[in-house]
Order: sequence, then structure tokens, then C-alpha cells
Amino acid sequence: MKKNIFSFISELFLNMFSGSKKYRFWLLSLGALILIGFHFYCRQLATGMGVTGMTDQVSWGFYISNFTFVVGLAAGAVMLVIPAYIYDKKSMHEIVIFGELLAIASVVMCLLLVMVDLGRPDRFFHMFPIIGLFNWPSSILTWDTIVLTGYFLLNIYIVFYLLYMRYLGKTPEKKYYIWAVYISVLWAVALHTVTAFLYNGLGARPFWNSAIIAPRFVASACVAGPAVIFLSLKLLGKYTRLEFFFFENATRVLRNIITIALSINVFFLLSEVFTEFYTQGMHTASVHYLFFGLNGHFALTPFIWLSIILNTTALIMLYIPKLHGSDRAFTIACGLTITGIWLEKGMGFIVPGFIPTPLGEIVEYFPTLTEFLITLGILAFGLLVFTLSIKAVLPLVQTPRNIKIL
Amino acid sequence: MSNNKSKDKLSRRTFVKKAAFYGAAGVGLFGLAATPLLKRDTGDSFKDLFQKHYKKLDEEKLKIILKKLEEKTKKQYGADVRIDADKPIKDVVFGYALNLDVCIGCRKCVQACVEENNQSRDPAIEYIRVLELDKGGFNLEHAEHNYDHEVPLEDKFYLPVQCHQCENPPCVRVCPTKATWQEKDGITVVDYNWCIGCRYCQAACPYDARKFNFFKPKIKAEEINPRQSYLGNRIRPAGVIEKCTFCIQRTRKGLMPACLEACPTGARKFGDLTDQQSSVRYILENKNVYVFKEELGTIPRFFYYFD
Repeated sequence: MKKNIFSFISELFLNMFSGSKKYRFWLLSLGALILIGFHFYCRQLATGMGVTGMTDQVSWGFYISNFTFVVGLAAGAVMLVIPAYIYDKKSMHEIVIFGELLAIASVVMCLLLVMVDLGRPDRFFHMFPIIGLFNWPSSILTWDTIVLTGYFLLNIYIVFYLLYMRYLGKTPEKKYYIWAVYISVLWAVALHTVTAFLYNGLGARPFWNSAIIAPRFVASACVAGPAVIFLSLKLLGKYTRLEFFFFENATRVLRNIITIALSINVFFLLSEVFTEFYTQGMHTASVHYLFFGLNGHFALTPFIWLSIILNTTALIMLYIPKLHGSDRAFTIACGLTITGIWLEKGMGFIVPGFIPTPLGEIVEYFPTLTEFLITLGILAFGLLVFTLSIKAVLPLVQTPRNIKIL
Repeated sequence: MSNNKSKDKLSRRTFVKKAAFYGAAGVGLFGLAATPLLKRDTGDSFKDLFQKHYKKLDEEKLKIILKKLEEKTKKQYGADVRIDADKPIKDVVFGYALNLDVCIGCRKCVQACVEENNQSRDPAIEYIRVLELDKGGFNLEHAEHNYDHEVPLEDKFYLPVQCHQCENPPCVRVCPTKATWQEKDGITVVDYNWCIGCRYCQAACPYDARKFNFFKPKIKAEEINPRQSYLGNRIRPAGVIEKCTFCIQRTRKGLMPACLEACPTGARKFGDLTDQQSSVRYILENKNVYVFKEELGTIPRFFYYFD
């Protein structure tokens, strides 16, 4: 059969949906979660945003929290490109494909998480140029639309080109993709910076109005992205009979990235905490509320402390020389820090920005079951996209290596 | 793919068969999950979804839309209303001044505002929030927002807060769709038919002036104020932002805002900032004036003053 773009795509689809019983069960489980999330979203549409825990006082909640975390995943995943290309580590080249697939799945989740947060999703096209009224460059949200879409397209292009070349049995030509790879690295930084600026530039919210937010976002992205990649490779290794010849080397690089980035992240957090607490101004009410509670309100304190405990435990585990050889310890550390960063981004960053309100009112927030299930559905959808795309490309990545994938 | 011997791999034919089966099952299940949508009632027809932004509508088109909105209100709320599209008065910039020495915190303004501007009664949306503060400072963290007792208390003073109609409004800056903007007379308005409900403006506003319709507004037909304005007090759809407009449906016709008329102590003064003779101008030039959160650079057109 002639190999062309159509046979390539149909090959990808065939790969995607063939698999063991376990694999099909996994897909169906994700499908069930998506179905539940979709149902609750329809109920939210029919009844109104009031079914969420959000109020006029805390006007962004679980959706935007998770959005912020997932943007970090998207950005962090491509950070792997830096060691692979800038330091030219050959062992990293194949991992980059997984990073890019994670980035693509993450962007899909981001868009959905923003979508479910809109009061009028039927008017979402107002946000686009030409058919809507694009308030660019004034609104940072329009910048976010640009970086997210651009990032999505860049990553799709790179992955598609590299794998198609591989499918054809040709060596990819650098001039067709290397520029995109470099842009995608810059774009990843831009992506998370813009997302930070979304909150950063609001004078009304002193908690967010701090220049350390963007660096903090990038640092935590460099932890969460690689950690998720490592865990997914680990799972792949367990459930497929694949041998990743690059695995050991790559693990070392991932560990280094995570250790350094997590150290920086914790350092940034401590710098911020010092500034806020030592100053003791009126503007620090949100931080007080977050860490110690305010006027008898404590809803967020457990989350931030749990997050700090998880992150520091992970960091200590990464620092102990004895544990360096242990794959298991690294796996646990990754799990801990992913959870830690997830808590820090959501209940620890978005929500306290609204408490107390600019008029000093304290209204606490907790997500409702509806919000929780919708978010879970979206995360399941992202995981489905990630799973399917990995499954689709796996046979291409593991074919005999007479051609380098990149 | 017939030459493929891998046992996990599907042949093209089984693939198509299975895809058809799972596809059909999926469509069926998701269709079932979507049944709540049948109850969704925005009152919009399919065509309404493509209505243009307010500023891009010509007179002709606008008239048709206003008419349609009147019919929709009749159908959904059972009230006969008249919706105008009041334009800014030429060379007028509105300003508001509030005397903190006189305000007794009775919240009559809050009530009058709700009645005038057709806010949802359940859940209740209020544009004006009156804070009860300790005398001797402006510490908002000790403000009482939900006081429920005889007013005024001896050791307290009262700070009503509503949209400050900023000259440099952060809410307008952040809106991704230009659904909110500042009019020539200084009033920041919202095109309720263009807003996508992202609530970014709520995060940006330092005065807590913006309110979101978490549900479809509920108002009894007999409580609806029938004199309405497109950018002002018409009943908002669910899922969009609304805010104080200094009652443009009144003030652009030369009337005073409802909150001012309801105030029993005369604490509220409203007028044209460009008019040398106006009471607001007099206050700005002769009284001790306090600009709330001046350090944020929003340049409010709402001023507090003392005798």
C-alpha cells in the first residue's frame, strides 16, 4: 500500500483504538467520567452558574484554579525541549514527543476549563477577532487566547511532522521543524507568563499584584510538567511491554530539572511570604487568611499547609543522596509535588485573591459537587486525549531505530 | 492492513464496525446526558445569538432589537415595558458626591436602586453596598457589611459604595470582548447582549461594583419598572454582568438618580462635572473631599466629602 498522509492518519486511528482489554477498560472509565461531567455541565447551563460555589465575592473558583494548574502542565511539558535541543541531549529526543503530546492535551483541557466558566458559552465567539470584538492588546485574556491557540498549533505541527517523517521512513529535515521547536520553548514561557499576568495586573487584588507571580508560575510549571511526564512514562513502562532505551538517561535529566525547579519554586514562595508577613500592611489580609485564617474563617488554611508539606517532603526526598538511585522514591516525590502544586495553584492562589474582597468582606468558597464533577470530566477528557495520542504514536516511536526520531 | 499479523491490531473492517457501534452508543448516551438542556430558557432565538455589538448597530437595527426585547419581557415576565436607547447628553460628564457626615446608613438608597434598576430579587442583586465602619479610621477589614439594627450607631459611620464610574476603569481594560466601555458622559456601561460572562471585570474592580447574574433574574411583574434603557435598567439575561449606571435611563433624561431621590438626609449630590454651577463642582472646590482607593489610579467620578 502506498504511504501517504491519509494512510498515516488512518494508521494513527487504528493504533488508537486497538488494544488489550485493560486498555479498553481504561478508555471506557474515562468515557464514563466524561459523560458524568458533561451531564452536570448541561445542568449548569440549564439552571445557571449559581449551581457552582462561586459568588459575586469569589467570582472565580475551581474551574479557573484548575485552568491555571493545567496551563502549567502545558508549559512545563515543553520545557523538556531545552535539554533535548539546547544542550543537545540525544537521550531526551524521544521524550520530547511525549512532552508535546501532553502539551496538546493540556491546551485542550485549558480551553474547556475556560469554556465551562463562562456564563454565556453560546457567545464565546465574541472573544475572537473578526467575528467578535477582540479587545487586544488591552485585555490580557485576549493575549491568553493567542498564546493558547498558538501553542496548540505549534505543538501539533511539530509532532505531526516528526511522526509523519518517521512513518515514511525518512529523516526529518531540520529546516522544517527546528525553528518551531525553538519557538515552542519561548512560547511555553510566554504561555505561563501571560497566564500569570492575567491575575498579576489587577490593582484591585493586592494578593495577586506581585511581580513574583510569573516567575513562580514558570518555576512550578517546570516541576509539574516533567513530573507528569515521568509518571506517565512509568505507567507506560508498566502496562506495555515497551522497553524505552532512553528511559534511564531521561530519568536523570527529569530528576535534575524537577529538583532545581522545585527548589526555586519553594524559594519564591518563601520570599513572597516574608514580604507579606513582615510588612504587615493592610494589603496582606489575603495571605493572613490563607495561612492562618482571618476573623474566624479558616477554609483555605488546610490546603496551603498540606501543599507546603507535600512540596517540602518531595524536595527533601530529592535532596537525599541515598534516594538518588531509587526509582520508587522519585515516583513518590513526583506524585507528592504534583498534588502540592495543584493545591498551591488552586485553593492557594486563585481563591485567596478574592478573600477578603476589596471592600473587606470575607465570603468563603468551596466548590460544589457540580463543579467538582465537571472539572473531573474535563481532566478525564484531557487524559483521554493524552492516552489516545500516545497509543497512536507508540508503534512509530518504538519501531527499529535505523532513523532517529528527531 | 491485511498483512499485519499483530494480534492486538484491528483490521480495517472490524475497526469500522466497532467504531460505528461505539459511536452510536456514545451519541445515544451523550444525548441522554444532555436532556437538562431542554429546560434551558435564555429566551434567545438562534438568530439572536448573532446580534452585533451595540456600537455596531445602526438606528434601524437597534429599533428592531428594542422592540424584540420589549416583547421578550412581556413573554417572560408578563410586564409591558418600554426600552429606549438613551444617548449621552452632549458635553456632559456626570459626577457624584456623597456626604459622609450626613449619611446614617439607612439603606434607603439600596432599596430605591433595586426598584429602579430591575435587579433580580431572588437571588438579590444590589449595586450599592453600605459599610458600617468604626469611627476613627477607614479600616475596611473591620467593616460590617450585613448589619441589621437601628441606625445610626453612636460610634459608627456609614460608607455607601457603588460604581465609581472611573475615568480610568480597570474593568473596561480587562474585558476580552469590549462588552463594557465608557460612554462620552463618563458612564461605564455593559452590553448585556454581548457579555460572555467571564467575570474578569469583577476580579478587576476595586469597588466590588459589578454583579453577576448567577441565575435568570426573578422579579414579579408588578415590581418591574417599565421605563427601561438598553444599556441601563432593562432586565438582564442570565449569565452576564450588570452594574450601576448612575441610572442612565433617568439621568440622560435630566432626572436625578434613584438613590439620590430616596436619600432622607440629602447626603447625595449629583450633577455635571463640566458645569461650573453644579453642586458637585461646588463640593469638589470647597469641601474636604476623599477619593476612595485613590492610589490605584482609577480616577473615580464618585467622591466622598465632609462638612
